[in-house]
Amino acid sequence: MGTTASQLDKDLLSEYQELTFLTKQEILLAHKRFSELLSKDERNFENTRVSMERILTLPELKSNPFRERICHVFSTSDQKNGSLTFEDFLDLLSAFSDSATLEIKSHYAFRIFDFDDDGTLDCGDLEKLVNCLTGETDDTRLTTDEMRQLINNILEESDIDKDGTVNLSEFQHVISRSPDFVSSFKIVL
Amino acid sequence: MPRKSDAAKMDEVGIEIDGEVSDSDDGVAQRRNNRRQAAGRGGAKGRGRGKKPASDDEDEADEEEDEAPRGRRGANKKKPAKKRGDDDDDDSEDEAPKRKRGGAANKKKGGKAQDSDEEDSDAPKGKKGRGGKGGKKGEKEEEETKGKKGDAKGKDKGKDKDDDKDKKKKKKKDDSSSDSSSNSDEEEESMSEGEMARLMEEVEEKKKLIANIRNKPWRMKRRLTHLKEAQAFVDKFEGALGKGKGRKWYAYKVMMTKKWIKFQRDFENFRTACIPWERKIKEVESHFGSSVASYFIFLRWMYGMNLVLFGFTFGLVVIPEVLMGLPYGSIPRKTVPREEQDTAQDYSVLMDFNGYCKYSVLFYGFYNNERTIGLLKFRLPLSYLMVGIGTFGYSLMLVIRTMAKNADVGGGDGEEGEFTFAWKMFTSWDYLIGNAETADNKYASITTSFKESIVDEQENQKDENIHLRRFLRVLANFLITCSLGGSGYLIYFVVKRSQEFATRDDLSWYEKNELEIIMSLLGLVCPPLFETIAELEDYHPRIGLKWQLGRIFALFLGNLYTFLFALFDEVNTKLEEEQAIKNASIYAMKEYYANYSRLMNDSEATPPPMDPADVIRGPCWETAVGIEFVKLTVSDIQVSYLTILIGDFARAVIVRFLNYCWCWDLEAGFPSYGEFDISGNVLGLVFNQGMIWMGAFYAPGLVGINVLRLLSSMYYQCWAVMATNVPHERVFKASKSNNFYMGLLLLVLFLSLLPVVYTIMTLPPSFDCGPFSGKSKMFDVVMETIDLDLPAFMGTLFSYAANPGLIIPAVLLMVLAIYYLNSVSEAYKNSNMELKKKMQMARDEEKNRRNNTDSTNQVMKDLEDLLPNRSLAPPPEPEKPPEPEPKPTKTKPGAAGKGVDLQKDVALASPNPNARGPVSRAPGPRGQGPGPRPGPGPGPGRGRGRGPPPR
Repeated sequence: MGTTASQLDKDLLSEYQELTFLTKQEILLAHKRFSELLSKDERNFENTRVSMERILTLPELKSNPFRERICHVFSTSDQKNGSLTFEDFLDLLSAFSDSATLEIKSHYAFRIFDFDDDGTLDCGDLEKLVNCLTGETDDTRLTTDEMRQLINNILEESDIDKDGTVNLSEFQHVISRSPDFVSSFKIVL
Repeated sequence: MPRKSDAAKMDEVGIEIDGEVSDSDDGVAQRRNNRRQAAGRGGAKGRGRGKKPASDDEDEADEEEDEAPRGRRGANKKKPAKKRGDDDDDDSEDEAPKRKRGGAANKKKGGKAQDSDEEDSDAPKGKKGRGGKGGKKGEKEEEETKGKKGDAKGKDKGKDKDDDKDKKKKKKKDDSSSDSSSNSDEEEESMSEGEMARLMEEVEEKKKLIANIRNKPWRMKRRLTHLKEAQAFVDKFEGALGKGKGRKWYAYKVMMTKKWIKFQRDFENFRTACIPWERKIKEVESHFGSSVASYFIFLRWMYGMNLVLFGFTFGLVVIPEVLMGLPYGSIPRKTVPREEQDTAQDYSVLMDFNGYCKYSVLFYGFYNNERTIGLLKFRLPLSYLMVGIGTFGYSLMLVIRTMAKNADVGGGDGEEGEFTFAWKMFTSWDYLIGNAETADNKYASITTSFKESIVDEQENQKDENIHLRRFLRVLANFLITCSLGGSGYLIYFVVKRSQEFATRDDLSWYEKNELEIIMSLLGLVCPPLFETIAELEDYHPRIGLKWQLGRIFALFLGNLYTFLFALFDEVNTKLEEEQAIKNASIYAMKEYYANYSRLMNDSEATPPPMDPADVIRGPCWETAVGIEFVKLTVSDIQVSYLTILIGDFARAVIVRFLNYCWCWDLEAGFPSYGEFDISGNVLGLVFNQGMIWMGAFYAPGLVGINVLRLLSSMYYQCWAVMATNVPHERVFKASKSNNFYMGLLLLVLFLSLLPVVYTIMTLPPSFDCGPFSGKSKMFDVVMETIDLDLPAFMGTLFSYAANPGLIIPAVLLMVLAIYYLNSVSEAYKNSNMELKKKMQMARDEEKNRRNNTDSTNQVMKDLEDLLPNRSLAPPPEPEKPPEPEPKPTKTKPGAAGKGVDLQKDVALASPNPNARGPVSRAPGPRGQGPGPRPGPGPGPGRGRGRGPPPR
């Protein structure tokens, strides 16, 4: 699989089109943007990884509160450092693309929100999620009371089996009813 | 933990099945249901336990036999399968939790897992084949099941899924359940036949996999491997299919399909490349979030629609007239009258669309009523009418189609309020935001909305002084009604006055353009006024926004319709005037002809030798109406552009540069930068479109002007929004508002259709201008075409069709059809709801069964008996928690019985009127036991481990 220096070869390109929700132009653009993140000599290697820090310099991800989670979720790195190969990068863009299905999107959203990677959203995950959503500054933070109330309300609504956590199917159930999840769960290069 | 997650896994599977059952045959579904139940019980209670799984195994074994021939064929696939093994390692890392579950299930399964090595990593998928003949076929199976993601349920489950997905499996299953052994024997012998069919199905399956592979949440690497494998398989065996004569044809078909797919993809690529302003909108999107971008997307959509309308109008009306019609100056209607000729080229006159503009292709009056023009015998009048009507038809179709598509995509049938918190939590971030400032605003707005909803939940109604508030609201509505009425009257007054002015010559610039100025000013001043008045009402901002939109809509609509009525008045006076002129000119012509034939002794009637500019002509009300609309549109453009320039740009410049030498902080303080007013802009666009629709029939050039406007608007507003505006403090989301705007557009379209159709159907066209001159009604041109150009029988056919005796029954039939469809859709909706409830109920039941120990389970059942609408009505759901909640925290599961009984009584004692009570109270106890909840954890697990399924 040659993500060669400057040009993607044709077969691979068509395979990527087959495998992702991206169009040819988008893949080429992604490749261009990805190559820009690599230094000169790195470009000649196949499957080069770009470190998370470098990926996060992309303006599309810079202000996203979940940027690190996104990298971790899509990374195939063994060291769990959130670094991405070009294919991981394409995976990311595909999941966030306009034409991706609700199922895919909600699957990845779940993984992104699942901060401890244990397969369910428990109270800790939800708390972190709320903190991500309300920003880093203190004045926007919720108080402990509010936080507890909020998490309880959320579990109230979405935890169907009452095990104190939200699992994937419960999550998808909630998400699939939402009118604007699909339209906002998008990242376009 | 593994157990718990195992249970969780079950839910997931259960749901998937629910989803998939629906799209397969009923018979199979039925059988599968049985199986599923077996699987459910078996899977949950530990695999190695009962009789049930064993019997399933037999079933399975049959199938394996059945598969034998294919297994042989499949041997050459062993390699890929092996490869998949490695591949799964890669996979396991991303599906760690699932694998854990798989492992757990595996342990329980015990002796059944023979080839443990591979099984370990493939536990989710591989189990199916193990019960049967092992090794080779196992791998084969596994390879086939690979389309499904990890699945701890083992073979029954795997099987279910299989046949959800592939027909092949279904068929096989049928075989196996009916006459499996004989069938398999037979097939062993006559391999070619069945083999072929099976191979074909397999190929089909692979193809399906190729088509759907992007829907799988896998790593790219894994998908790539699968894709390659599947493609290799298809390539290898596709050619082998079909035999004899069929083979060539089949190969050809396959090739063509491939080509077609490629073409489709290329075409898709091409199409997306053709969508303009993608980058621009994306830039705006990342700066301001999706709501502002939704305006630009709407603008782009509008532009596309207008481009098509423009194509119709210019291609079928304007260009033919220009190319083939009589040139300027040839006949009176195409000539500027003598008395106007001096000023006809003045800039001010042209700006009012008088002079040469008035007598150009831009307006109705210029078109000649010759039936056909040019060498091509182009029927211009007919085409004019058809384009006029087609414009509406096309717009209507497009708007409705877009609305339907939007509604489809939205899919949000969840009732409001069901998941308010969860939605706020999970879907409120707009991932498109790529700008730090917007992100900060978003954080703030999310925090506010969290806090707000918490407060809402806590104290739903704070009744301070309800009377005062009511009084204020009534007052506000009264004020707004007054201002609406006032603006309507003002417009009526101005139109009347302009008719007066029309007879005079000594007019100042203001007097000439009074109407347009007043209308634009009203549009400018009223919305902020409404906003100020709305402060009195003290609504929630979201509701406030809706009111605001409704009021602006009412204002625009009122103004537009007042304008129209005033215009009709004018038209009527013009019609009378025209009648007089017509009579006079007919009389003069008669006189002339009489004199002519008397003097010259020649009955040949030759038209009087008169310059076309000197001919007396009627007022041509159609052109007058067209001019009004064009003027209105142009002044609207001017005003909106000036507003942006002054209101946004100048303000931004002042704030930016005066800030250095000012006594307070201008950027943060009073003037600040402008925000992009989405709703106002969208409404402006919608109303502008309404004017275009109304005016396009009388001024074909209006569509062209509008296209230019939208085009420039796109660039101008994009620039303005990026350069001068700041992101909203409250970042709204686009969400469903798209369809809301479309709904407005549809309403406006309908409202603008009314007057135009009315004029076409009832008012007599001017006698000396326009394509329909000389006819008593505009649509007579259709009759004429039918009579003269179509064969006679068509004419009679139409006359029958136009007979009231036919039309009335037809209308009745349509009404009946609408009624019928309506009631059918109602019924579907109901049954949909029923099914949803049923699904929810089933799921709840299943979960309760799994999660509760024997003792509490009985209680739960009792509860369900007592609360029949427990899961029927989601909103009172909050009542549910009180029962299961106290259990884990206060009592041991074993002793739960009595405790919960009490609890239940309490819960029942406070039914609906106090529904809020339990809501705010319920979360309390739960909050004390957060985390993984050690209490109930072992409870369900134990229950699952030992007790028989509580049925």
